[in-house]
Amino acid sequence: MAVLRVEHAKKAFGRTQALADASLELREGELLGLLGPNGAGKTTLVRALAGRLRLDGGALELFGRPLSPADRREGLGTVPQEIALYPLLTARENLEAFGSLNGLGGAGLRAKVAWALEWTGLTERSREPVRRFSGGMRRRLNIACGVLHDPRVILLDEPTVGVDPQSRERIYEMLGRLRAGGVSLLLTTHQLDEAEARCERVVIIDHGRVIAAGTVPELVGATVGAERAVTLRLDRPPAEAVAGLAPTDEARVFRGQVRDVDVDLPALLAGVAGAGCAVEDLEVRRPSLQSVFLHLTGRELRE
Amino acid sequence: MIGTLLRIHWLNLSRDRAGQMLSFVVPVAFFTIFGLVFGSQNRGGTQRVHVAVVDESHTAVSDRLVKALQREKGLVVLTRARAAAGDTTRVPIDRRRAEELVRGGTVPVAIVLPAGIDTSLARSGPGGGGGPAIELLSDPSDPVAPQVVGGLLQKLVMTATPDLFMTRGLGQFERYTGPLTPRQRQGIDRWLPLLKARAERDTGAGTGTTSDNGSAGLSGIVQVEVKPVLGRKEDTSFISYYAAGIVVMFLLFTASAVAGTLLDEVDSGTLDRVLSSRVGMTGLLAGKWTYLTLLGVAQVVVMFVYAMLVFHLDLLHHLPGFAVMTILMAGTTSAFGLFLASLCRSRAQLGGVSLLLILAMSAVGGSMFPRFLMTPTMQKLGFLTFNGWALDGYIKVFWRNAPLPDLLPHVAVLLGFMIAFLALARLFARRWEQA
Repeated sequence: MAVLRVEHAKKAFGRTQALADASLELREGELLGLLGPNGAGKTTLVRALAGRLRLDGGALELFGRPLSPADRREGLGTVPQEIALYPLLTARENLEAFGSLNGLGGAGLRAKVAWALEWTGLTERSREPVRRFSGGMRRRLNIACGVLHDPRVILLDEPTVGVDPQSRERIYEMLGRLRAGGVSLLLTTHQLDEAEARCERVVIIDHGRVIAAGTVPELVGATVGAERAVTLRLDRPPAEAVAGLAPTDEARVFRGQVRDVDVDLPALLAGVAGAGCAVEDLEVRRPSLQSVFLHLTGRELRE
Repeated sequence: MIGTLLRIHWLNLSRDRAGQMLSFVVPVAFFTIFGLVFGSQNRGGTQRVHVAVVDESHTAVSDRLVKALQREKGLVVLTRARAAAGDTTRVPIDRRRAEELVRGGTVPVAIVLPAGIDTSLARSGPGGGGGPAIELLSDPSDPVAPQVVGGLLQKLVMTATPDLFMTRGLGQFERYTGPLTPRQRQGIDRWLPLLKARAERDTGAGTGTTSDNGSAGLSGIVQVEVKPVLGRKEDTSFISYYAAGIVVMFLLFTASAVAGTLLDEVDSGTLDRVLSSRVGMTGLLAGKWTYLTLLGVAQVVVMFVYAMLVFHLDLLHHLPGFAVMTILMAGTTSAFGLFLASLCRSRAQLGGVSLLLILAMSAVGGSMFPRFLMTPTMQKLGFLTFNGWALDGYIKVFWRNAPLPDLLPHVAVLLGFMIAFLALARLFARRWEQA
């Protein structure tokens, strides 16, 4: 069941069409990755969902109810990409402030602040000003401030940008605990490996349109195909072309594709040996989300 | 190496409009404003002093003095005034009315020529004395005016009544050197009427001017007594002026700086997060305005309590008026700060705009330089600034002991400014709501 739905969303800023008929849905309890090059329309979409931007056209739905820009987003939490905290306030004071602004108070607020501090691993540092925190600590607190009011749907705009692998792990651990409680998450990211590993489904948006949506295997199957990419470095360039291998910019490096590694790879290696060459290095890669992404959005830089 | 660095800085400056403004436009703007405020002080000479004159003597001598005062180009003399507010008939000013005029700020000084002034003038001078002195009922908020009027009085008494001084001088001469010979007495008797007639003719012809010198040299020959009508020491009063002036200026700086956190919150994304919560833009502005107003009130209270403790400012006897003016001033300043912040696109822009506006407003409004020493045009211009009204209100409270109803115009104007600033801030803040 979809807890959040976007249908034919349109938004233009002057001549720039940020959203052009974008549609997607977030299902209950899932972690949905929203991917796209810079300027594709991800943040515009998130801001529209958060009620911070008025769409030119299209419709939004939350828990099956139409959502107008002015509607209060009950049950929706937003975690912005920026560290939207008060740097001179302590972690506890920030949590209390944002909890209070979201309608919490009294014992309920105190309990949620204690939970958030434990959840983020900041209990010991709760009385320190945020400006003294590391990037990872600030990120975790930034997320906590957006979920204090127990939203059932959370929008996370690049929640792991600029943090070390340890903090990233911790953040996904925190998100995992939320999901275990039945919370649905929509996450925008440029970390394709993360999206591939963590998200149940991904939506790829480009030029304001959703150009692909589904699980990673579904997207792979629908775009680049299931073949593994093979890269070979030979001791010398072969005198004649080897069947199934294509040259690259490097004279001794060749690429090919195999559908069945057990059957097709030995045949390829036999061809290389037949050409009188020896294999110095071999890499077999299954198609990744990165391949799908580049296939769909191209290699051209987006400025 | 240096060439490269110069190029980098030049390119930065050429693309930084705020930097260009601060480097070239703001100094010129300040020069213009301060030139208008201070530079015009000497244009056309010293400002004429407005005085009320009370003649309690009603003698030929006092009449000559009043006429001499009226002819004095350094003074604007008021001898008649409305008997009471709303009354159209104008009557000669008496002592009570003169005090009212001073207390109300219509004139900074009133000259009272008491009964028996003829005797006093005849006895004045070295070795003389006795009889009532000329009284100057002064407004302690203007310490310069009684000095100017006192000096002019010395001159005018000498030029308007030289015969009296000559008689007195000859008396002293005879007392210590013996009587004049009959021939000398005859000569004096012929000369004194001529001296008197000439003085009367000169006074009537208006020869007295501020450029006539001699006032300083004659100082002390005529007995003049300065009486502050508000019964307070001048230095204490000036402390209240500067306490109000300085605190009003810094209130403006604080308000714009703190309101600037709105722009920081826009940059950091905190504003977006706050607006995504249950708080709307109106609520957010109301919260910030309330905080700024409380901060402003605290600032003013600290300043005035300090002035009370260290400079003996009489705060406790003016608490109601002080409270009214402080709350209104803090509220209006806060609204102004929010208006500026909502108007500007960045912190740098806010810094430049607020610096220019606040210093200009402070100069024109009287925080830096007393308004009563400015030209009449600049004094009127001060009323276009809300801080000028606030300062004027504080002066009314501390210098004139004005009752609360007298502050109504100030309350109305400040409330008007406050509402206008808040409305404009709300209007401009719409751009941060939904794009």
